Amino acid sequence: MTVAALKDREPILRMQEVDKTFSGQVVALRRMSLQVNEGDFISLLGPSGCGKSTALRLIAGLMPPTLGRIMWEDGEGKDDIGVVFQEPTLMPWATVEKNVYLPFRLRGQSLRSVRDRIHEVLALVGLEKFGERYPRELSGGMKMRVSIARAIATNPRLILMDEPFAALDEITRQKLNDDLLALKASTGATVIFVTHSVFESVFLSDRILVMAARPGRVIEEIDVTAPYPRGLEWRTSPRYGEIARQTSDALNGALHPAGGLVA
Amino acid sequence: MTLNPEVDTAKDIRPDRGPMFDADEERRARRKRTEEIAKYVIPVTVMALAIFFWDRLVVWNEIEPYVLPRPGLVLSTLIEDWETLSASLLVTLQITGLALLVAVVGGVGLAVLFSLSRFAEMSFSPFAVILQVTPIVSIAPLIFIYVESRLIGLLLCAWIVAFFPILANTTLGLKSADHNLRDLFTIYRANRWQRLIHLQLPSALPYFLGGLKIAGGLALIGAVVAEYVAGTGGIGSGLAFRILEAGYRLQIPRMFAALILIAITGVIIYATTSLIAHFALRKWHESALKRE
Repeated sequence: MTVAALKDREPILRMQEVDKTFSGQVVALRRMSLQVNEGDFISLLGPSGCGKSTALRLIAGLMPPTLGRIMWEDGEGKDDIGVVFQEPTLMPWATVEKNVYLPFRLRGQSLRSVRDRIHEVLALVGLEKFGERYPRELSGGMKMRVSIARAIATNPRLILMDEPFAALDEITRQKLNDDLLALKASTGATVIFVTHSVFESVFLSDRILVMAARPGRVIEEIDVTAPYPRGLEWRTSPRYGEIARQTSDALNGALHPAGGLVA
Repeated sequence: MTLNPEVDTAKDIRPDRGPMFDADEERRARRKRTEEIAKYVIPVTVMALAIFFWDRLVVWNEIEPYVLPRPGLVLSTLIEDWETLSASLLVTLQITGLALLVAVVGGVGLAVLFSLSRFAEMSFSPFAVILQVTPIVSIAPLIFIYVESRLIGLLLCAWIVAFFPILANTTLGLKSADHNLRDLFTIYRANRWQRLIHLQLPSALPYFLGGLKIAGGLALIGAVVAEYVAGTGGIGSGLAFRILEAGYRLQIPRMFAALILIAITGVIIYATTSLIAHFALRKWHESALKRE
């Protein structure tokens, strides 16, 4: 995708000057603004306590902002979200198929009417043969794939991912990063991805919001102007290194305010 | 056959066990098989030995049967009095079973109500706790004054004892759903009902089954204790009544026979509830999983 195409995207969500304060004093997020466009892959990158998960929970509608507004362009987008948490968050008592069925079930759709779709997304994450298995029979990476399948099953307008691969080993993680990009390419999904890994954010996203803690805020926005599909070539290119460097510097500024990056 | 792997590996490599199969693994497998058998043989043997020494104790010390009967005499009494005893066993079983059933329905129902309404929980949980902490023997006489039917009275006593563990465990279970899953249900706009059916009740199942195991034993205890309090009188008397009656008449062998029936009933209830728990959870819950 080119930079020109980026600009043509339709906005689907706007955060305007959003503040979140807990118990009246702990400022989790200060004056965060963000426009999410159709097809974006946005990473929220920062250290613990920078409010990146808070931002995600606000967008998911799990809690209201203290100040500011979160607006969906069509007014009803918040009913159409897929989520992947850091843990796979599967129902242990249900088979893989029934777990992916959950969002349909809660909308009142019968299993029969969506079974084909469930098998389709399970095939997309490479688990077509595991529909009848229980989560405990799967490895950590496979559980995460089920979780991703569930998130994309209903073709939601926006997919929120909260450090989904943080608990996995590096090899599984790279594989899942590759697969996630392939999934995004084939579904055109819009993704907001929370991570504390510079390399993951540079590899995956077309926009990185670098955040700092105390109070949680966005300190820099970095566009990653590299075309998709991305693979090993991108991961080893000089441009990748350059952006990773730039991102790391911004992040260091967040960790050591004395560096002068923070006003 | 020698266990030296260098000599025997070629012969020992079997396609079904893979090339890693060796003497050490065989030793481990054998120990596992031994343990598998010992699991049943040891308790049975020890129990048989205990009964044997009970018998010898009576014979060697020339103890009178009205003090301590020989196991053989208990067994023959059990067979001789089977007609009376089995009728009483049936009564005790009925009360226990019914009390457990009502405890399950009432306990789960109340737990669901508590989870749906904080006000209900605040209003009724003190009553539940008071009923639980007050010894049943002290409440039972009142119950038998107020309640005309002896059967209903017994049922009420057994229920009071049995329902609390089910209520407490199920209430805890309904609150113990994974917090990320709860968020997920919120994001998917699940209503109260869907949340209960698809998230809270399955999460509570292991807790409920734990409560059921305890409640099964307690229902029996409740039924027996209540009958002691209700005392003699009337038709349809359970095993506790037979024990009292035999005590008055100094029919010690019969007392033992009734006692054994109660013990066996308790063991069967425990085994049944454990089996139910195992089959309900074996597919997914940690407690029912076998670790290699």
